[in-house]
Amino acid sequence: MKTILYIVQKEFLQIARDKFLRAAIIMVPIVQMLVLVYAATFEMKNIKIHFVDQDHSQASGELIHKFSASPFFVAVDPSEDVWTGEENLKEDRADVVCVIPSGFSEAIGTGNSTGIQLLINAINGTKAELSYVYCQAVIGDFSNRILAEKSMMAGMGGIETRPRHWYNPELNYKIFMAPGILVILVTIIGWMLTGMNLVKEKERGTLEQLNVTPIHKYQFIAGKLIPFLLIGLFDLTFGLGLARLLFNVPVEGSLVVLFTFATIYLVAILGIGLFISTISNTQQQVMFVSFFFVMIFVLMSGLFTPVDNMPEWGQKINIINPMAYFIRVIRMVLLKGSGFADIQRELIAISIFAVSTNALAIWRYRKTV
Amino acid sequence: MKYTQRSTRHHDVVIDVQHMYKRFGSFVANDDLSFTVRKGEIFGFLGANGAGKTTAIKILSGLSKPTSGEISVAGYNVYNQTEAIKRNIGYMSQKFSLYDDLTLAENIRFYGGVYGLSRKVTRERMDELLEQFGLMDFKKSLITSLPLGWLQKLAFSVALLHKPSIVFLDEPTSGVDPITRRQFWELIYQAAEGGTTIFITTHYMDEAEYCDRVSIMDQGKIVALDKPQKLKQEYQAGTIYDVFLKIAR
Amino acid sequence: MNRFIAFVRKEFKHLLRDYRTVLIIFGIPIAQLLLFGHVITTEIKDAEVGILDLSRDEVSTKLTQKLLGSGYFKVSEDIHNVNQIENLFRKGKIRELIVLEENFGNKLRREGKAQIQIITDASDPNTAGILSNYTQSIVARFFSEEMAPGLKPLIQVDQRMFYNEELRSANMFVPGTIALILMLISALMTSISIAREKELGTMEILLVSPLRPLQIIMGKVVPYLVLSVIMAVVIIGVGFFIFHVPIRGSLILLFGLLTLFILLALALGILISTVAKTQQVAMLISLVGLMLPTMLLSGFIFPIENMPKALQYLSIAMPPRWFLAALKDIMLKGVGLAYVWDEILILTGMLIGFTLISVRKFQIRLES
Repeated sequence: MKTILYIVQKEFLQIARDKFLRAAIIMVPIVQMLVLVYAATFEMKNIKIHFVDQDHSQASGELIHKFSASPFFVAVDPSEDVWTGEENLKEDRADVVCVIPSGFSEAIGTGNSTGIQLLINAINGTKAELSYVYCQAVIGDFSNRILAEKSMMAGMGGIETRPRHWYNPELNYKIFMAPGILVILVTIIGWMLTGMNLVKEKERGTLEQLNVTPIHKYQFIAGKLIPFLLIGLFDLTFGLGLARLLFNVPVEGSLVVLFTFATIYLVAILGIGLFISTISNTQQQVMFVSFFFVMIFVLMSGLFTPVDNMPEWGQKINIINPMAYFIRVIRMVLLKGSGFADIQRELIAISIFAVSTNALAIWRYRKTV
Repeated sequence: MKYTQRSTRHHDVVIDVQHMYKRFGSFVANDDLSFTVRKGEIFGFLGANGAGKTTAIKILSGLSKPTSGEISVAGYNVYNQTEAIKRNIGYMSQKFSLYDDLTLAENIRFYGGVYGLSRKVTRERMDELLEQFGLMDFKKSLITSLPLGWLQKLAFSVALLHKPSIVFLDEPTSGVDPITRRQFWELIYQAAEGGTTIFITTHYMDEAEYCDRVSIMDQGKIVALDKPQKLKQEYQAGTIYDVFLKIAR
Repeated sequence: MNRFIAFVRKEFKHLLRDYRTVLIIFGIPIAQLLLFGHVITTEIKDAEVGILDLSRDEVSTKLTQKLLGSGYFKVSEDIHNVNQIENLFRKGKIRELIVLEENFGNKLRREGKAQIQIITDASDPNTAGILSNYTQSIVARFFSEEMAPGLKPLIQVDQRMFYNEELRSANMFVPGTIALILMLISALMTSISIAREKELGTMEILLVSPLRPLQIIMGKVVPYLVLSVIMAVVIIGVGFFIFHVPIRGSLILLFGLLTLFILLALALGILISTVAKTQQVAMLISLVGLMLPTMLLSGFIFPIENMPKALQYLSIAMPPRWFLAALKDIMLKGVGLAYVWDEILILTGMLIGFTLISVRKFQIRLES
């Protein structure tokens, strides 16, 4: 135990002297909160819509007005021919072109059905899909209202649907994103710093001097792990503070639950970082291997879109993706107030991870060359 | 943990190597090495770069496993008692390998802790060694601010910190100026007088003269092994350098 | 010149001997192309919902079946009372709860109105929004079918997805992956490999060799340049033959653009290595200054126009943004130089600027 403390003390001395590390520990959370949360957004606002109004009627005007009133759309200069619309798409001046054909209001007046054409720039498929869903909602609402006015259903109230959005009534995307970014933050800080740290000792030759001492492998791994665990927890606290300050992210659940899970998660992640550095010889290698796996873990973790939307095989792979567990748990605890009983499955899974990655790191760490 | 003491032929033999081989694929780095080193001896390993000196020293200090052979260091075998060996030896590598972003004192304190010395013992040993090595004024200096020769002295003091019975020095003086080399050897003598066995590799032939016994290595084999004086007589040479030239030819 | 060629050959060997790195350089685009299309999708099917039918009459059962028949929803938990709800949400078992009020069918028949409450788990706001949108439109359709059978929906929406009719995500991720890989090889790897020579002190040995400083830098850069070109061709090839990503524009223009961006990335890599003393610093600058913006501020994954103004301005300074815009235009829209001249002009300006700065920095370092 004492030996471990000596290693921890040494690591902290080195970290304290390293200007670059100090800057990274403070700056990375700030940059991530300021840039990532704002930039990594699928929140649909300001979809640029270009109207080709060939009808020029009160009805078409009402529809256009309905779009403009929605927070999701911004109308750009309209025109009267589809060709101009397409040109706007090509030049990226519009994301969606909405063509209202002549005869639109006449058809509506007589109760005949009519068509509206939507031309959507689909290079970004996700955005196109969302734009389409939002357009449909506006048009559907418009058509239902007219139906209700015109048809025999007038006077009937219809089925009143009242959506209530729990945990995030305003559908604020940042409250969804910020906790996820916190997971990215502690993962990158923990994984990269430990990985780099060990392999740096290899590159500099200081590891050889340690290897001729009677130090135990587990003491060495623990001594490397503890400092970065503390730094990870510090950055989580710091990041969470920023998230509250900047985005008013709620803390519905207990911080004890969150930090317990975070500690086990960090131990698991640090174990991966250490393992990778035991099988690498240069910092460049660690960097590349880590970049590759972090990228896959992030993409699959459900950070942007729910894991449930993925195909079966994707969900299967996520069983071995520690990030997927933490992203789920941090949102559950912060936004929904889930407790230990609700995250049991995740807690068990991440504990298995923590034990096995560190066992792997200790096993693979060789005191011989 | 319990380690059984191996019987040795002389009770004061601390390193016993019989038929040691180390192969890397088809390359034989150590080819049938056999020798013994007695307690308190300064034993020199001589040879050009690539002769297999570092390979041998790494095996003896438990950093690497031999392919075959019967080898014991401080009474423990190098196959499965390496951790017991490590408790009894000090090691100084060819390349400076202490932390250059820590001070002298911090480095020593760290290694004291790793070897399980108490804070008090570490402090006393540190003052003793730094005094002896003339490094006291730089106790609180960062390593990066010191010249190479002094760093080598510091590395040596770290190797001696836990009072090991054997110290392995792998080319400790390479790249160091002649005056510092001289001083370094004084320190080696002092350590040996205190009963510490010194196992040293070098490619400086003049340094061989300082050793009690030297073995000359060439292409993985030991081609000569004796007291420097005896070797010079045997090969009718004025210096070990001449001996080396004769053998190598 | 012979000396220079020998040096380049040595650098190539260095690069290729590290099989792990080479493996990963090829692994990254493959993994990205495989994953992106499937894992980031807003397409909802079989979302786990709860339906609490307090009425359990003929009409409410019919509506329940209608909801489940849509393919969007799936019921995996039976809900009998209101007290269960909170727990199910907290455990993350359901994403939406649909509550049909008591006497649903009777009220609808007699009074022509009834109530449905939709509760969503808005901790994921996009999914919550989409789910409640879907539910509302299914309910609205049910109502008109039930109460006014035979009435056709008033407005039919005919949608056409431009440039990417099948919403293939590859069309978006192939160009993005090219930008990312080129940055990775040309800028990040180059900067780390030069910084490594500095850190380990081998740069000084090179600098006292008869090679001229410019030759040393060129020698370090050439292998990465070659690797970059190979990777760009491989990714475009894979995109074209496997994912059927079209190349509608001129090939000459395409390769001109690729070359321009590779040179720009190399210039950035060299610039970083003149500033960074250690590999770690080089890496951090490359990651934060280049890789992150390539993924986030270039329009690769996230649309730039959704971002706050400050980030939109910041993205103007990011080379990958202009590269991606031009690349997508050439590959997917098939436009000519007339449409992308501004992006090309900006990239050329950046290339000249960064080259000048790094040459200056390099000279200062040599003199001091």
